[in-house]
Amino acid sequence: MIPALGLIVGIALGIFLDPSVPVWLQPYLPIAVIAALDAVFGGIRAVLDGIFNDKVFVISFLSNVVVAALIVFLGDQLGVGSQLSTGVVVVLGIRIFSNVASIRRHLFHA
Amino acid sequence: MSSTTPPPPPTDPTRQESGWSRLLEAAKPRANRKTAVATALALALGFAVATQVQATGKQGLESLRTTDLVRILDDQTSRNERLDLETRRLQATRDELVNGSSKDEAAVKAATERLNQLRILAGTVKATGPGITMTITGQPGQVTYPTLLDLVQELRDAGAEAIQIGTARVVAQSYIAEHDGALYVDNTKLTLPYTIKAVGDGDTLQAAMNFPGGIVETIRQQGAEATVTKAPSVLVDALQQPPTDRYARPVPSASPSAP
Repeated sequence: MIPALGLIVGIALGIFLDPSVPVWLQPYLPIAVIAALDAVFGGIRAVLDGIFNDKVFVISFLSNVVVAALIVFLGDQLGVGSQLSTGVVVVLGIRIFSNVASIRRHLFHA
Repeated sequence: MSSTTPPPPPTDPTRQESGWSRLLEAAKPRANRKTAVATALALALGFAVATQVQATGKQGLESLRTTDLVRILDDQTSRNERLDLETRRLQATRDELVNGSSKDEAAVKAATERLNQLRILAGTVKATGPGITMTITGQPGQVTYPTLLDLVQELRDAGAEAIQIGTARVVAQSYIAEHDGALYVDNTKLTLPYTIKAVGDGDTLQAAMNFPGGIVETIRQQGAEATVTKAPSVLVDALQQPPTDRYARPVPSASPSAP
């Protein structure tokens, strides 16, 4: 409950402060957000599975973000940045879908 | 990442179908490290999401990659070149049209001016402008045709551009004759008083008539009376039929103005 409130507060802060994204961060932020979402859904699923571990969640969250950003960075250096970004988004999207499917099975048995 | 791995089969059967209760359990507000860390991460995620969404909303060129920027620049450059070319072409067309039409206009204007000049010279149109009106009163036979001829000559010398005597327009081919004591200009018999109208510089014409030993004095010596009136607008309304040349033909002009 409190983390959900934290999410809402974060969104509100982002809207009201309206910070400008630094240039060096601009290619990585969207991918990092997707990766973090993946970690969040994975965490919810772990909660429902009864195996949630805060240390694991934090590490998975941060490593997801860092790895996603790193892949995009590497892709930019290799000249395939946009393609690799697309790849990362697809992979993370698939994982989000499968996690959501698992959550759905837990909650609705369907 | 291990948080997303498939779970091991639940060992506790009581927790098997209690997804909601487990969620509620997890959602219970607790003040421990777990909650604090999760809240911090959720806060960061929410902040990042909102920031990214707003950045996407007002996304400009600065968020694009180098390759995309180069491509856009290339596109713009080639587009610029195309438009430049188009501009030059259209400008050339425009210049051509403007020059052409102005040339034509000037030619038409010049031709019209020349036509009007020639019409006035030939006496086929009425003419108006500043000038003088001269009235000669007296008895028939007092003013002789050489005097009238001198008068016409004097008017022409003074720059008269259109001359009318009585109801006859005086042009290049005009003649003045005397027959049975009456004066004729181009078959038109003049009746006293004679009215002579001339378009030209009024002062010059008046002076040309009035100088000592001039026309007016000559007429007085012949016993008649002449008055010269300067007017800002004199209407020469007598017309001449232009003669048709039976023999003379213009020599073809070699000048480039000929069509």
